[in-house]
Amino acid sequence: MSDTPRVTALDAVHRALGATMTDFAGWSMPLRYGSERAEHQAVRNAVGLFDLSHMGEIAVTGPGAAALLDHALVGRLSAVRLGRARYTMICEAGGGILDDLIVYRLADEEFLVVANAANAERVLLALRERGTAFEAEVRDDRDAYALIAVQGPAAAGVLGRLTDPAGLAGLRYYASLRAEVAGRSVLVARTGYTGEDGFELFCAPDDAEPLWAALTEAGAGDGLVPCGLACRDTLRLEAGMPLYGHELTERTTPFDAGLGRVVKFDKEGDFVGRAALERAAERAVSDPPRVLVGLVCEERRVPRAGYPVLAADGSTVGEVTSGAPSPTLGRPIAMAYVDAAHAAPGTGGVAVDIRGTAVPHEVVALPFYRRQD
Amino acid sequence: MSNPQNLRYTRDHEWLTEAADGVATVGITAHAASALGDVVYAQLPEVGAAVTAGSPCGELESTKAISDIYAPVSGEVTEVNQAVVDDPELVNSAPFEGGWLFRVRVDTDAEPGELLSAEEYTAFTEQ
Repeated sequence: MSDTPRVTALDAVHRALGATMTDFAGWSMPLRYGSERAEHQAVRNAVGLFDLSHMGEIAVTGPGAAALLDHALVGRLSAVRLGRARYTMICEAGGGILDDLIVYRLADEEFLVVANAANAERVLLALRERGTAFEAEVRDDRDAYALIAVQGPAAAGVLGRLTDPAGLAGLRYYASLRAEVAGRSVLVARTGYTGEDGFELFCAPDDAEPLWAALTEAGAGDGLVPCGLACRDTLRLEAGMPLYGHELTERTTPFDAGLGRVVKFDKEGDFVGRAALERAAERAVSDPPRVLVGLVCEERRVPRAGYPVLAADGSTVGEVTSGAPSPTLGRPIAMAYVDAAHAAPGTGGVAVDIRGTAVPHEVVALPFYRRQD
Repeated sequence: MSNPQNLRYTRDHEWLTEAADGVATVGITAHAASALGDVVYAQLPEVGAAVTAGSPCGELESTKAISDIYAPVSGEVTEVNQAVVDDPELVNSAPFEGGWLFRVRVDTDAEPGELLSAEEYTAFTEQ
């Protein structure tokens, strides 16, 4: 990877909007356009527009595509119906998480795997390596797509002005369809990473600017604002969604992260990581390691990733993986891995070591925020 | 937001008023506030504390980052801005006015820190 970050098809748009840009996983991405709290609230209460073109698209096609993915991933992708999508993971043979993914089934023999930007290269390599015995092609499609997300309670209304509203109304959560949006051919997916209703639009890079402009215009009356990665992080944290590199790492199995449900042992054939994951599943029941919990704080100082979680006697019983001031709750929140003995919601006496001060926190169930509808 | 002519600046992005009766007011610049993002917590020095030019004397915490506040001059803190403690977002909305951080009785015997004019600071941030 070169030192110069890659720019998305919307780079000129971000700069014209005065975005604060940040280097993220080798990409120059908008961190925020104005106030990240205002952007966060727009997504919770109205609608926000995101450039997510850094995400890594990988196409898996051919008669053996479903079998390849069943072997390479922990989920049963062969069971995903046409037009539907699935949240899943790719693990090492030892059970550690290589990445979390969304996989869309676009046709019987065509899947779109969407990896995190930082992991896209190794996911691509792993799929190719694991796929040699299958009658399928693994294709790097990162340059084939730009990705725009429209998220928030007004997202369906805004998008409905630019495409066939009937098709959109019939589009379920974790489903996708090919549609014309503002006259451009787009893969429209009802997915997101914000805890709100919303859509992700996979389009040709050359169509990204006109689509962004059309969405901006269509959403003007609904309070649509462009949103950067800063608020994407606080939105997903409030929604209790894990982030690779924080809650999910190569040292964590899906069971450690409380996401064992994504591992499907009852699928045909072997899959990479099966034996190790079976042991991890047993351990999660008999002798659970640390448990992923939510922490909330009455003070203003923010628990950050890496800060120790302390028991009443001052001993370290866990570690914060993500923390931020929550715009919705009006106080700091965090996710942390905590020893099982201190992980029950309501557990008292838990504190976070915030730069040398033990600041009391309450253990709560995840998510911090769930939309009402 | 342009940098007011009547202030002096540090390379740590603090601003300082001319001392009136020996007391100067300190804040962070609009450039620094913008780089920090929304400020959510301000830990300011205690009234009566001695601060040293170029040394940290408090911190500002934003959504994404924690940043030290550096004293632009040496002296004794005479007042802190309680409005910023109560509503840290003032640092973003009015960095040169209502978002001031503290006042300091300047120790004229101490080694002075390097202070920049508005033009020099603007040029520094545009490098």
